[in-house]
Amino acid sequence: MRREARGKPVLGFPHTSNLGSQTPAFQINDNMEDNRNSNFKSLLRFTTAGSVDDGKSTLIGRLLYDSKSIFEDQMEHIVQSSKRLGKEDVDLSLLTDGLRAEREQGITIDVAYRYFATPSRKFIIADTPGHIQYTRNMVTGASTADLAVILIDARKGVLEQTIRHSYIAALLDIRHIIFCINKMDMVNYSEADFIKIKNDLSVLASRLNVEDVHFIPISAKYGDNVVEPSENMKWYNGLTFLRLIETIQIKKDKNSSDARFPVQTVIRPLSSDYHDYRSYAGRVAGGVFRKGDEVVVMPSMLRSRIKSIDVMNRSLAEASAGDSVSIQIEDQIDINRGDLIVKPDKLATSGQDITMMLCWFNEKPLKTGVKYFLRNNTRETSCIVKSVNYRMNINTLEKETTDELVRMNDIVNITLRTASPLSYDSYVKNNITGSIILIEEGTNETVAAGMIE
Amino acid sequence: MKINDEHLKELEDEAIFVMREVAAQFERKVILFSGGKDSIVLVHLAKKAFWPAKMPFSLLHIDTGHNFEETLKFRDDLVRELGVELIVGLVQDSIDEGRVVEETGINASRNKAQSVTLLDVIDRLGIDVAVGGGRRDEEKARAKERFFSHRNEFGQWDPKNQRPELWNIFNGHKNFGEHFRVFPISNWTELDVWQYILRENIILPGLYYTHRRKIFLRNGVYLAWAPFMQLKPSEKVFEADVRCRTIGDITCTGVTLSKAQSLKEIISEIAATRVTERGGRYDDKRSEAAMEDRKKEGYF
Repeated sequence: MRREARGKPVLGFPHTSNLGSQTPAFQINDNMEDNRNSNFKSLLRFTTAGSVDDGKSTLIGRLLYDSKSIFEDQMEHIVQSSKRLGKEDVDLSLLTDGLRAEREQGITIDVAYRYFATPSRKFIIADTPGHIQYTRNMVTGASTADLAVILIDARKGVLEQTIRHSYIAALLDIRHIIFCINKMDMVNYSEADFIKIKNDLSVLASRLNVEDVHFIPISAKYGDNVVEPSENMKWYNGLTFLRLIETIQIKKDKNSSDARFPVQTVIRPLSSDYHDYRSYAGRVAGGVFRKGDEVVVMPSMLRSRIKSIDVMNRSLAEASAGDSVSIQIEDQIDINRGDLIVKPDKLATSGQDITMMLCWFNEKPLKTGVKYFLRNNTRETSCIVKSVNYRMNINTLEKETTDELVRMNDIVNITLRTASPLSYDSYVKNNITGSIILIEEGTNETVAAGMIE
Repeated sequence: MKINDEHLKELEDEAIFVMREVAAQFERKVILFSGGKDSIVLVHLAKKAFWPAKMPFSLLHIDTGHNFEETLKFRDDLVRELGVELIVGLVQDSIDEGRVVEETGINASRNKAQSVTLLDVIDRLGIDVAVGGGRRDEEKARAKERFFSHRNEFGQWDPKNQRPELWNIFNGHKNFGEHFRVFPISNWTELDVWQYILRENIILPGLYYTHRRKIFLRNGVYLAWAPFMQLKPSEKVFEADVRCRTIGDITCTGVTLSKAQSLKEIISEIAATRVTERGGRYDDKRSEAAMEDRKKEGYF
């Protein structure tokens, strides 16, 4: 099907019955051992950003289609829907638009999550819409991503929105960006055009301190360099998009190695078999904890040692970042949800006056001097925003001082004061202990996300 | 045969984290239990998350009365083993009380009526969180779902106005009368669920393995035959070797022709399949936005 489409300028309506002859997306074979080394992250989460009509949904559709991750019934569905909407070609973007309003209006409203797997990796895509509430959605999608894919229209080059998307990726501490220069078919697959855009993007990336940047010339519509190398751009020697995301080296844990364990809940069976058992449940947010380690509980600063690290019937020698475990402590000390267990030589910062970059999500503007709930991982307290220090102009990357209200999609630098001390790290040091959300009292809505400086 | 299952650990760690957040943030907690593999995996994760304590959830089964018999036996055995409370909401009760009008005709199903019963039980028992096995890969409306999904006082979902959900911070704040649906295995795919069942050696109802059953074909989907189902004149009941890919109400659960006897065989079959698992769910075929509409009304 794909090869037929390649020779033609468009992806025509396929006969869905032909799809049955495709090989499965996920094959069970021995090659899977290839990438199994300790540093290879087998689950890759990436976010896609782009604006209206830059072909983002088409790229995802193409990726799923060419990697054979679209199932027959889904394909049949979008073929029928494309016809009904009077489209000339199969509109692969229909795959990602899940809500009725999105299909009717032909726009994406909310972040959608997509899943696919190849023999070497499993992928989770956070597909973020480019226009309505773009900042809110991009920040949300980026918060859990290892990698950002940013689309650029080859005809237009670097636009304000490219800067915006790149800035948000960098702000959320995404360390790998793939710039897909799309619609190369519309510039006659010109290498010169690609190089010019690539140079502009390199300048941008270094300004934002992104450590790992890639550039791929593609045509999402026709599939050039998405899954298969392009016949039309022989001058490009790099990897195809799929090959790149399959092989890109992503650190399993980008957070610092300082040990962090935010306590979620206390486990006390009170049963005859486990009469005196008491453990603290949580997910390690950084570093490694070992049995016998001396630990400090913040903010109480009480000290003890790890007696045991448990996962259902098993006692582990150690637990490292990402592991959900429960920890027993030697001494009977007071530990509650929201406490942070650390090691004595690497304490977290403790304080009540905290400065951070804040992204505002709500239609109602930010109010200084009004109480919000603040949630930092498992700890919740009240806070008041004391001052708005500056506003980030995310189109020009300039800091602006204005007295204007902070409105939806604004990114600002603020200082707030919490009702009780918070134990935290800077966001760049640890994305988990360095991130917060603000919740409005009354409506209970999540109104902002913050990254501590 | 080797299967790449390293990513399962990360998915499990995430799901256990979510389970524990539910325990910490809510009071009257239930796991929506259908007897299907996803809810069985949820129960396993809950067991793991709170070991050696008993899980802080009751199991809630919304019973359409149109069950596969094996499901009920499996459910009762499981509840006995766990020592947790079982709550059963009967769709028949909602019909008898006039809370819902039963559909009639060839495609009659109690699937939609379940939402009414579910919301009634949630309201009556003051349940403030119901943990479900919904996955984002199942269906396009589900792809927009949050881990912590807010329901207003009418039990409704407002997909266009959901709370942003960032990092692993889950906002379970709510007003009186509202509740949450939480989906710990949001990020799992069908294949992940099966691989996890294999890895953890989880026992499933026999329905998931090949068995001989009376079936018939309707609109391209094989349905299990039961005495109360109305057939069209052209529909013929015959016996075949089948297994279920999903288990729900018998009137709308499609079955797959299969001879797979073991988890490994099932996984190979799923890895090679070209149809989504909900492709066999008759309830999703009613319209393009069938799932979205039901979810807005309070469906699972």
